[in-house]
Amino acid sequence: MPLFGKKETASITYISHSGAVNRVDVPVGDSVMEGAIRNNIEGIVAECGGACQCGTCHVYVEPQFLDRLKPVQDDENEMLNTTASPRQPNSRLGCQIEVTLDLDGLVVRTPPRQI
Amino acid sequence: MSVVIAGAGQAGFQTAVSLRAAGYLEPITLIGEEPYLPYQRPPLSKGFLLGKQGIESAALRPESFYAAQRIELITGARVQRIEPQFRSVVLSSGARVSYKKLVLAPGARVRTLPLAGISYLRTCTDAVELKQRLNAAAEIAVIGGGFIGLEVAAAAAVLGKRVTVFEMQNRLMARLVSPVVSEFFRRVHGEHGIEIRLSSPAPDPRADLVVAGVGVLPNLELARDAGLPVANGIIVDEYLRTADENIFAIGDCAEYPNPFAGARTRLESVQNAVDQGKTAAANIAGRNEAYRAVPWFWTDQFDVKLQMAGLSGGADREVLRGDPESRRFSVFYFQRGRLIAVDSINRPGEHLMARKLLASGAVLTPEQAADESFDLHTILA
Repeated sequence: MPLFGKKETASITYISHSGAVNRVDVPVGDSVMEGAIRNNIEGIVAECGGACQCGTCHVYVEPQFLDRLKPVQDDENEMLNTTASPRQPNSRLGCQIEVTLDLDGLVVRTPPRQI
Repeated sequence: MSVVIAGAGQAGFQTAVSLRAAGYLEPITLIGEEPYLPYQRPPLSKGFLLGKQGIESAALRPESFYAAQRIELITGARVQRIEPQFRSVVLSSGARVSYKKLVLAPGARVRTLPLAGISYLRTCTDAVELKQRLNAAAEIAVIGGGFIGLEVAAAAAVLGKRVTVFEMQNRLMARLVSPVVSEFFRRVHGEHGIEIRLSSPAPDPRADLVVAGVGVLPNLELARDAGLPVANGIIVDEYLRTADENIFAIGDCAEYPNPFAGARTRLESVQNAVDQGKTAAANIAGRNEAYRAVPWFWTDQFDVKLQMAGLSGGADREVLRGDPESRRFSVFYFQRGRLIAVDSINRPGEHLMARKLLASGAVLTPEQAADESFDLHTILA
């Protein structure tokens, strides 16, 4: 599968529960979940591959970025109530956060458990 | 000596990834018949047909991932035969690869109909071709009212096509869901202008495009030719080992003892492929892990998300939670008073809860299930 030209990227930092810090460039249009999976970053499972079915790409978004994100939709909201690690006010599903240039510098933390 | 994985679909891919994640250091060779990087199939019948995502976004990992993980990926190649006595496989190119452990993940192929000019949807190649034909067509006939048929029908309707679905059974998705769910989906498709013809055999295919989604056939030849026991699938034990202790079989083609069915089953799903890949990897890496994952499935059609947990086949009682009129409800299936499955429509939280309930074996009564004021979380607390 060829890549047609170089895509714009935003820098996303993932901090795992164990404290591992990974800063990666994620193509605009990919999700925060895809950014983690494609870079083999621990702490995100994504059983369903990004279809908003499984609730295993739960992340805690650093609060200063929260108002830059599109609001939580019904499906995501319901699933966040049943994630393996407790929901917090800054909980989101990584598959539902689309990376934009505006999110350059975003920091998310992964929870202790996804399953 | 290495691990050779025959089949680079979701199951084979997961085995390779999980082996490395488990710290396995020996060589891993992942052999796929299709000429693509390993990819996920679910988007092909949904986001891709709708034009919401490109075909390349289906790739599970970028090419660089395989080198970085020291996974030798061979695409466009078939494993032609297994030589169990030498612990080697022979590829279509004639090359011979030896293994310490072999994982068979050859998947399934579409069941075809004896009619010319029909489109099917299984692979990336199928999807690209179907999308082109779909764009050029005005009138579409879909044969088969299961997941694939209905997802294609829904995408075609959203793209403004006139769609008719022909289903042999007297209701949609009859093999998978209860009549109340079938009827709900018949109505949803009707609301979007799709004509559903039930109890209706293959049509006089005079549409611009005829698409068939009439099931798949597991690829069993490789195992059978090697003398491995095969029935409806390649027979494996709870550790996903075939009769040959050095050969595992996983995914769509594996027939395994399923504690949720109380029988041997063969399941065609992403969940089964992924979780069996993980279990096979764990067992190759030296753990002794039985496969006991709760089966779950999903389909997206229009704005309706259907998620299924467990296997409802043996149910003797069904309980409705919520009102289908609200377009958000679940059906809880019981067998001799015990919860065995839950189908959820636009209730993803309840689906996740159902999976936890089924995994834990917690006791839920039909009365509690039917009572919307009863908080399911309290059962697990």
